[in-house]
Amino acid sequence: MAKEKLNENNFEKQSKSYQPKPPYVLNCMKAFIVGGLICVFGEALSQMYIHWFGFSEEKAGDPTVTTLILLSALLTGFGIYDRIGQFAGAGSAVPVTGFANSVTSAALEHKSEGIVLGVATNLFKLAGSVIVFGVVSAYVLGIIRYTWSLFF
Amino acid sequence: MTFLWAFLVGGAICVIGQLLLDVAKLTPAHVMSSFVVAGAVLDAFDLYDNLIDFAGAGATVPITSFGHSLLHGAMEQADEHGFMGVAIGIFELTSAGIASAILFGFIVAVIFKPKG
Repeated sequence: MAKEKLNENNFEKQSKSYQPKPPYVLNCMKAFIVGGLICVFGEALSQMYIHWFGFSEEKAGDPTVTTLILLSALLTGFGIYDRIGQFAGAGSAVPVTGFANSVTSAALEHKSEGIVLGVATNLFKLAGSVIVFGVVSAYVLGIIRYTWSLFF
Repeated sequence: MTFLWAFLVGGAICVIGQLLLDVAKLTPAHVMSSFVVAGAVLDAFDLYDNLIDFAGAGATVPITSFGHSLLHGAMEQADEHGFMGVAIGIFELTSAGIASAILFGFIVAVIFKPKG
């Protein structure tokens, strides 16, 4: 198949035809199963905290999330979580474990630059966007909702 | 029964994320940021709580619940302290998650050697 000569105008369109097409259905199935299993594990944890440790249903989220983050940080340290991530794609990135993975892996990656400038500075390199967008949107929506509740 | 719904709802949220990665060609950071904003918007209309009642951890484990908890904590304090409450309460419910992510992330990064 003859291709046009590459120039800056058609580069994006032309380069797309060279990229492999991702197997959409297979990727979605992997993400569904791994993501679903992480949530089932989280549900099992919160049932455990409710029945054995006396947490209320609302408060059980805190120890559950903390446990998931601890496990995910450890698995990232051992290099296992990244292998799960290659298999599962969004299935391991979207649960809160993916948030902990991005914190830990960014810090590990820059460890050679030292504890302060490497680990501590880069801890939120990837996860920072999540917190920034979360806080900005929640702040704006909170102000709007509160203003609304004053008048209606 | 909760386990089945947790699996189906949690899996479905991850499939939406996978489609955003594959079809819309977003980066994982863009997907996670969009999900947090989506969680906050759903909570602004009181929809996310219904999902949690229905699916349990299927709704609280995905990152969308981070946005929901941010707004939820803000609204709780706003009822008490007015506009300033939004700022006071915004991290109230997410504090456990953020604090433990910082603590465990830091400890693991100090102890372990980078792989690959």
